[in-house]
Amino acid sequence: MTVRKNQASLTAAEKRAFVDAVLELKRTGRYDSFVTTHNAFIMSDTDNGDRVGHRSPSFLPWHRRFLIQFEQALQEIDPAVALPYWDWTVDRTVASSLWAPDFLGGTGRARDGQVAEGPFAVSGGRWPVTVTVDGRGFLRRALGSGVPQLPTRSEVESVLAMPTYDTAPWNSASDGFRNHVEGWRGVNLHNRVHVWVGGQMATGASPNDPVFWLHHAFIDRLWAQWQARHPRSTYLPAARTRNVVGLDDVMRPWNDVTPADMLDHTRHYTYDTMA
Amino acid sequence: MSRITRRHALGAAAATALTGLALAGLARTAGATSDPRATGHQHPEGHAGHDGPQPFSETFQGRRIEGAPSHADGHHGGYAVRIDGEELHVMRNADSTWVSVINHYETFTTPRAVARAAVIELQGARLVPLA
Repeated sequence: MTVRKNQASLTAAEKRAFVDAVLELKRTGRYDSFVTTHNAFIMSDTDNGDRVGHRSPSFLPWHRRFLIQFEQALQEIDPAVALPYWDWTVDRTVASSLWAPDFLGGTGRARDGQVAEGPFAVSGGRWPVTVTVDGRGFLRRALGSGVPQLPTRSEVESVLAMPTYDTAPWNSASDGFRNHVEGWRGVNLHNRVHVWVGGQMATGASPNDPVFWLHHAFIDRLWAQWQARHPRSTYLPAARTRNVVGLDDVMRPWNDVTPADMLDHTRHYTYDTMA
Repeated sequence: MSRITRRHALGAAAATALTGLALAGLARTAGATSDPRATGHQHPEGHAGHDGPQPFSETFQGRRIEGAPSHADGHHGGYAVRIDGEELHVMRNADSTWVSVINHYETFTTPRAVARAAVIELQGARLVPLA
């Protein structure tokens, strides 16, 4: 069974295995298809039109499925690899081991934002950025530049306390847990982290930065924690709703999986700790 | 493996279709596709509508930025933003703020603000159509 661990507790060998599998996925071209899919959804998910991956109730189950597929692709390369998660309420500075050269590498250099060290630096020749809207073929970051502070634990707690999963109009204007996690309303959790990292992470092609997966694995864990705290709450809307994925509706692009199928993460993986 | 391959194929197809739509921009036509992915782009409230922002055109940090309502299909109230002539994909949120594909997780009050933010982010790089 796959166990997703806090990135801060990974051994050097576990970090190397994860990085190597990601680089191999990149080499074969499969990595970039994930970037393409994500950008396609981010550009088509609109508040008053059809919406699946973002700004809608299915934000959480859609990304859960997306991460499972990515993790399965990594495991075809190395069965021992699992997605780590980044608890940005704790590892909240550029000095975190997450950004060390033996893992994801650090922030971008001042002149052009280029990440110049670590396995994903373009100079290493193994991380060309090809699915892009601006032609810059290198990974960029500007840690802490777009917004100075990552969310705090107390801000996370305030969102986990919300008992209702989601509310009409089921978009970026909604009240409830989902939209506060996503960050279009309130203290802003998920969106703010994308902005804090900067570079490609702030764009529709955000999976160009491998930290995308660690960020979303933590968001996914927050959903599981919310479920544990609110056992009588469930995914909404339960009924078929215009432009929105209801509990038993299939989600694009897979068309064979519903939010209901994604509610229990333990069918696919567990976390090192849920506390 | 076959499922992965199929998913990738679907993703690529979606991207191709969406890129085409995004690039169509000013020239999109209602009912051009039955693909449900297109409805967001074609829904009247999905973009600016009649209460949408005014056109703008200015040089900002050495780049030409332009924005204008797009009414090519006769009823649809879209809004198109360009940087040095290349279209920047923008989207209006339910609260009337804006995002672009360059700054997609941060909201801006106007299309001009979202264009300026993109110029800053681009650091001189050219917008290119997403392949």
